[in-house]
Amino acid sequence: MGLLDKEFNDDNIVITKVEDLLNWARLSSLWQMSFGLACCAIEMMATSASHYDFDRFGVIPRPSPRQADIIIISGTVTLKMATRIKRLYEQMPDPKYIISMGSCSNCGGPYWEHGYHVLKGVDRVIPVDVYVPGCPPRPEALLDGLLKLQDKIRNESLVKKAV
Amino acid sequence: MKTVEELFDLVKAKFGDAILQMNTSLPKETVIEVSPEAVAEISWYLRDDEELKFDNLMLLTGLDDENGEKVKLEDGTTEIKGGTLSVVYHLESMAIGHKLVLKTSTPRETPEVESVARVWACADWHEREAYDMFGIIFKNHPDLRRILMPYDWEAGYPLRKDYKNPEFYQGMKVPY
Repeated sequence: MGLLDKEFNDDNIVITKVEDLLNWARLSSLWQMSFGLACCAIEMMATSASHYDFDRFGVIPRPSPRQADIIIISGTVTLKMATRIKRLYEQMPDPKYIISMGSCSNCGGPYWEHGYHVLKGVDRVIPVDVYVPGCPPRPEALLDGLLKLQDKIRNESLVKKAV
Repeated sequence: MKTVEELFDLVKAKFGDAILQMNTSLPKETVIEVSPEAVAEISWYLRDDEELKFDNLMLLTGLDDENGEKVKLEDGTTEIKGGTLSVVYHLESMAIGHKLVLKTSTPRETPEVESVARVWACADWHEREAYDMFGIIFKNHPDLRRILMPYDWEAGYPLRKDYKNPEFYQGMKVPY
């Protein structure tokens, strides 16, 4: 499916599939939970600011897990924080998506061997949709991760699982 | 302004046996070693004396001296028996401008040091950190809890040289 406006033929009639409509609505307004952990959060904030402008993809910060669609795990996940992240994730309503941003939350990063306090990858507690590599990733990389997530949502189906 | 030698003579004259020795062999700073039971008393004196006025505790840190006997366990890991843990105090007088480093050592099996949290309020969290990382008990501390690790952390004190990380914490796998 292209953009919905391509489906306009005449006047104000739109013809599309329910699935495509739902997916288009979902991927176009991913409200992001206001939540940052470490230095990756600084890059995430830079991505939200005017220069990179997350808002043009419909991503706006929402300071409540109950009204958020996406959580960006931006930084080192300590064992102490991991229990809190799990609780925040469980408070988010479905459908919910996770971007794991940076090496720390992907796999433990520089703390992989001697970090007695670090969870070696946030995917040990919550299911991750898109991994963004980098230490920290540049805003362009995070934007690319978001576009990948939008592609994933675009191919979702009510009857079969997304790939 | 007083030199470390002058300061050592002053506290040695006042506290006698509680002041163990002055270590001048270190590359950067001269360290005065004191006994762990007398730390608080010496700190009150250093802070309140008109000629010393050590009004600022710049740093308080724990230290694993790793000077005990190393015992190889059956699973291939080592455990340290005996030896000491230390606490290091970096003091500064903002009023006068001189500095001083104190160090106290305490047995590894029963690590107990007098708290200085009532002398310098900033020592409160520093001592909690030293307790969290090394298991040093600060006697008369107002609120000695873990500060960085989770409150229910049962695997021990992470910065000890013979620390072993647990396999699991609350169902989460810890090793890579």
